[in-house]
Amino acid sequence: MRNDDPNPKDSKDQPDSSGVSRRDFLKISGISVAVPLVASPRMVMAAGEEVPVHGPGKVPMGFTINGKNYKASLEPRVTLLDALRDQFELTGAKRVCDRAECGACTVLMDDKPVYACSALAIEAQHKAITTVEALTQDGKLHPVQQSFVEDDASQCGFCTPGFVVACKAFLDKHPRPSAEDVRRGLSGNLCRCGTYHGIQRVIAQMAEKGA
Amino acid sequence: MRAFEYVSPNSRAQAVSLLGAAWGNTEILAGGTDLLALMKDDVITPKRLVNIKEIKDLHGVSSSAQGLRIGALTTLGDLADYADVRAHYPALAEAVMEVASPQIRNMATIGGNLCQRPRCWYFRNGLGLLPKDESGKELVADGENRYHAILGNEGPAKFVSPSTIVPILIAYGSKIRLEGPRGKRELPLEKFFVIPKTESDREHDLRPNEIVTEVVIPPVPDVKAAHYEIRQKEAFDWPLAVAAVALKMNGSNARSARVVMGYVAPVPWASAEAEQALTGQPVNEATGQRAAEAALKNAKPLNHNAYKVQLARVAVKRAILRAASGGAA
Repeated sequence: MRNDDPNPKDSKDQPDSSGVSRRDFLKISGISVAVPLVASPRMVMAAGEEVPVHGPGKVPMGFTINGKNYKASLEPRVTLLDALRDQFELTGAKRVCDRAECGACTVLMDDKPVYACSALAIEAQHKAITTVEALTQDGKLHPVQQSFVEDDASQCGFCTPGFVVACKAFLDKHPRPSAEDVRRGLSGNLCRCGTYHGIQRVIAQMAEKGA
Repeated sequence: MRAFEYVSPNSRAQAVSLLGAAWGNTEILAGGTDLLALMKDDVITPKRLVNIKEIKDLHGVSSSAQGLRIGALTTLGDLADYADVRAHYPALAEAVMEVASPQIRNMATIGGNLCQRPRCWYFRNGLGLLPKDESGKELVADGENRYHAILGNEGPAKFVSPSTIVPILIAYGSKIRLEGPRGKRELPLEKFFVIPKTESDREHDLRPNEIVTEVVIPPVPDVKAAHYEIRQKEAFDWPLAVAAVALKMNGSNARSARVVMGYVAPVPWASAEAEQALTGQPVNEATGQRAAEAALKNAKPLNHNAYKVQLARVAVKRAILRAASGGAA
């Protein structure tokens, strides 16, 4: 997050004296340069009807993420990924390439895997968003996550959340995949440590269990 | 990404009136997979995005006696899953499944696929479609051109047309429908792509305030078709050469043929030479080879892309043989 980020959080996020995390520091440093302004939409005439035009300033938005409702005022240029990470503390989806190439930001939108870096938050408002955080229920890992642990499918771990979400979506659509299906079906995620064999074992194990 | 205003019309007429009459200030947002990348890199800096996804009648696929109508907002993922596409246009289903990654196919739309901007790295670095230095000298001809055009590159445009599914759509005889302030129009898909001659030209026959509304593929009951791509990576990579072939057979001879290449020219490149080489001939190794030679006969590679000539020949020959042996695998 750069200090020209358009979405600093409110001052209630001031850290206590015990220390300032990098995340908090960046948030605070953003406050001084931003001018929070939430305006109601401007109405313009289009083909004989009034149509609301939002932004370029902040726009009140509502989201359904992991079954819960979230609200924030964001500029239209904010991506879904930046909203998740910087506004809602859902930092499982990672910002790596920010260009729809690496898969680290994979989330489900209406149950389909997509790159959160390449959708605008404003267009994700009426969708059901599921992030990796929702896969762990009551402290219990999702079977795909458990299998990542057991099959040694992580090394540095930075690509793992995106891969976990992509694997879950892939298995939901292809419960009994061929090796070729796996290679193609997970082609949208990259791992620089090269843990692909571990991830292929995850899929093989899950398919065997019929999960 | 620079700030912009955002509007979501719910009709085509609204969308058209919210778009600017000149390029630059407004852009259409559909799947956004190309648009947002261009905006993040400041290649384009629109002041307004017009999100067309709330326009209901731009979604969906339907079959009729006139063929298959594909709404512009149909995602590539949904398109490849349609039973009618798999049953009647298997080479298209196959080509669509080769596009990018599952995540991108779940977002990207067919309209956006046709309107995506070239992948030329000069263009993506903000140097324009027809990159020049300060003295006006063209940059690509003496530059890093290993992925650039080998055909149709005599003018200043050296980029390659970026859609991998357009060649098979053209081979099937598809049409594109557009809507703008002057109403609707329909074009054979190949006419939608034009080679720009000046920096103010675009690579599409699309006005700034027109939207793509649908693609229509005619019924092809007697056509054998295939698509073939050559890439460095097996998946999630831009191809080096694409070929699509549609054959109408009379016994073992080709009654007529369409041969369309991608990634070889600034537009999808239909080869009349290859089509002529096949027409009336049996389709086999020898005629496939002759057609491939004919397709690349006029190739004029740049400094670093002569290798693409042979790759394109191989793509054409393999697509021909694949089509003749029953079409898409």
